[in-house]
Amino acid sequence: MTHVLVVYTDDEPGVLTRVASLFRRRGFNIHSLTVGPTERPSVSRMTVVVDTDANTARRAVEHLRKLVNVLEVQQLGQHAKVVRDLALIRVSANATQRSEVLQLVQVFRSNVVDIAEDSLVIECTGSLGKIEALVDTLRPFGILEMGRTGAVAMTRGLRTDPSLVSSSEPVRAESSQSMSV
Amino acid sequence: MEQTGAQIIWECLLKMGVDTVFGYPGGAILPTYDAMTGYPVRHVLVRHEQSAVHMADGYSRASGRTGVVVATSGPGATNLVTGLATAMLDSIPLVAITGQVGSGLLGTDAFQEVDITGITLPVTKHNYLVTRAEDIAPAIREAFAVATSGRPGPVLVDITKDAQQGKATFEWEKAMPTRHLRHIPPFPAAAELERAVAMINEAKRPVILAGHGIQLSGARAEVLTLAERADIPFAITLLGLGAVPATHPHSLGMMGMHGEAWVNQAIQEADLLIALGMRFDDRVTGRLKAYAPDAKKIHIDIDFSEFNKNVPVDVALGGDLLQVLRAILPKVQSAKHGPWLERINSWRGDSAVRDIKNLPDDGHLYAAHVMHDLWKLTKGAAVVVTDVGQHQMWEAQYYHHDGERSLITSGGAGTMGFALPAAIGAKMACPDAEVWVVAGDGGFQMTFAELMTAVQEDVKVNIAIINNGFLGMVRQWQELFYESRYAATPILSPDFVKLAEAFGVHGQRVDKRADVASAVAAARAAKGTALIEFRVEQEDSVYPMVAAGAALHDMIRRPSPSPLAETGADPV
Repeated sequence: MTHVLVVYTDDEPGVLTRVASLFRRRGFNIHSLTVGPTERPSVSRMTVVVDTDANTARRAVEHLRKLVNVLEVQQLGQHAKVVRDLALIRVSANATQRSEVLQLVQVFRSNVVDIAEDSLVIECTGSLGKIEALVDTLRPFGILEMGRTGAVAMTRGLRTDPSLVSSSEPVRAESSQSMSV
Repeated sequence: MEQTGAQIIWECLLKMGVDTVFGYPGGAILPTYDAMTGYPVRHVLVRHEQSAVHMADGYSRASGRTGVVVATSGPGATNLVTGLATAMLDSIPLVAITGQVGSGLLGTDAFQEVDITGITLPVTKHNYLVTRAEDIAPAIREAFAVATSGRPGPVLVDITKDAQQGKATFEWEKAMPTRHLRHIPPFPAAAELERAVAMINEAKRPVILAGHGIQLSGARAEVLTLAERADIPFAITLLGLGAVPATHPHSLGMMGMHGEAWVNQAIQEADLLIALGMRFDDRVTGRLKAYAPDAKKIHIDIDFSEFNKNVPVDVALGGDLLQVLRAILPKVQSAKHGPWLERINSWRGDSAVRDIKNLPDDGHLYAAHVMHDLWKLTKGAAVVVTDVGQHQMWEAQYYHHDGERSLITSGGAGTMGFALPAAIGAKMACPDAEVWVVAGDGGFQMTFAELMTAVQEDVKVNIAIINNGFLGMVRQWQELFYESRYAATPILSPDFVKLAEAFGVHGQRVDKRADVASAVAAARAAKGTALIEFRVEQEDSVYPMVAAGAALHDMIRRPSPSPLAETGADPV
């Protein structure tokens, strides 16, 4: 079963290696791992989806908490949450198939971001299940290329951890700077 | 006032109360060595960097202080790895400072450049790559905080040559660490503490599993109070030996693979196990599915990731052992478990008749005899530092450690070559202690160059080499599980007496039990380091033994009577 862990870390070199090395060494199976900046300049946020039993997921959380660079770990299992993944899919479609594909894309509320003579590139954001459904739907046309980001997750409602809510640091306007890892 | 990064390193170490460091100079750490001469620090020049870590490790284990290592980049740094892993697996606080090539050369495969922070990532609690002089003090101060807080462990600080040469203002107060305090876990909930207390009060056949955490937490008195008040016997892990006294009436002795049969039998028949600062290592549980099947389990440990790792437990109390015990002790009722203790004692009687120390002298010298005699002759008061293998287990069985920090041994890693350097470190931490090395002929040959370090530093350790001409523990496994095919286990040794002479230390050879006492006396009386080679029975094995993968009570017992003893008429 999959467990979603949200890990807040220092934004400094080597942190991703420390997290990845921990998972590798302890044999925790990573389904996906995404990392990016947060509203706070010195803090990065990872979303790790692990495929394992509940006890192993709990131990993964405890191991993560032992890393000096980790500020906090949330296991989203027990909370209502939003989990989103982004996929770019290049699907084969000639002029006669194009409209059929466009209709399907609309059903999934996805976008076409590139059109070529015999293919389309579709951008889809959604839950893991929605993306997998779109992929299954498009497969008969021929999927030429696919890239996925892995999940980014957040709890619904108010953030529960007070240490992470109240920050005296100013919120960064643009967060285009990627984490140095 | 601005100082060089190198000076800041020493300023930090002085602030941390460091007066002794173990190290080896080289190009990338030269600025730091150059600055050292201005500071009141004793530098111990080792003969190999691995030994520097073992010395700092022994220093820490003997005193509870944080050991410090200094080495250069490249091979100097990579030689630390085995020592760091040894300390990591046994939760020993160390700080290793390594030089690194200049920051402009990082990533260019420069001379003696090795990515030591990458290499040591899994064998340290944390590590740092410092490239600017102003970052040195925060890194070193945090390194000490990380090494000693929570579950202790080694930390490495890699400092580029230009950071050592650069200038910065030494600002100790601004370097106050905070990140190691990020995860102070909540104290166990009252309801969980109550559950544990109720289980203790209701138990009929309880056993305490006493681990290294008792030593690290300083909870000896509380553990003994628990054992005495609730009349609970305790079994001890290898690293727990000495943390609680072996000759205490409630002590059962060492548990696990080479624990006495009554100890393991008691664990298997218990209805409650109270695990204190131990981690259910495979060497103490045997086959997990058959481990203590009737017992409820309470696990108290500071490392939350240890809970339910190997053995599922009924109550897990995370926190500092001393604090947790203080919270539950007021509610633990006085109890008597007479029938249970008598039952365990009845197994003890059966084991004793098989024990080699109760057999008559047959003219052979057995390692067990040497350990037993050494215990008697030193009145159990020495600090014994053991290497890894058969002698380590015989020492654990026959030298009954009562005093805290009186046994220093590599448990988790099982690092051969550990004993001599660790003993030198232990003696430097505790100059008034009588320190004995107990090592096999194999392990001693791994690091015996450190004899010269002992001489150069004028350190007295007494060395007992248990020479059986084999890598004995591996040979024992070959005998038992590989049909006695002794692949690569016979090992030749130099003439250890002449070797001692070459190093300028007292050397002696013993091959009869009758000569053990006089040799030990001569070694103790010798002014400096002294070495005794005990030529013991070659194909002797450590019993009892739980084979790897067997259930804990499924033990290979001591032969009765010993076939070796029956050959007593043979000349040695």
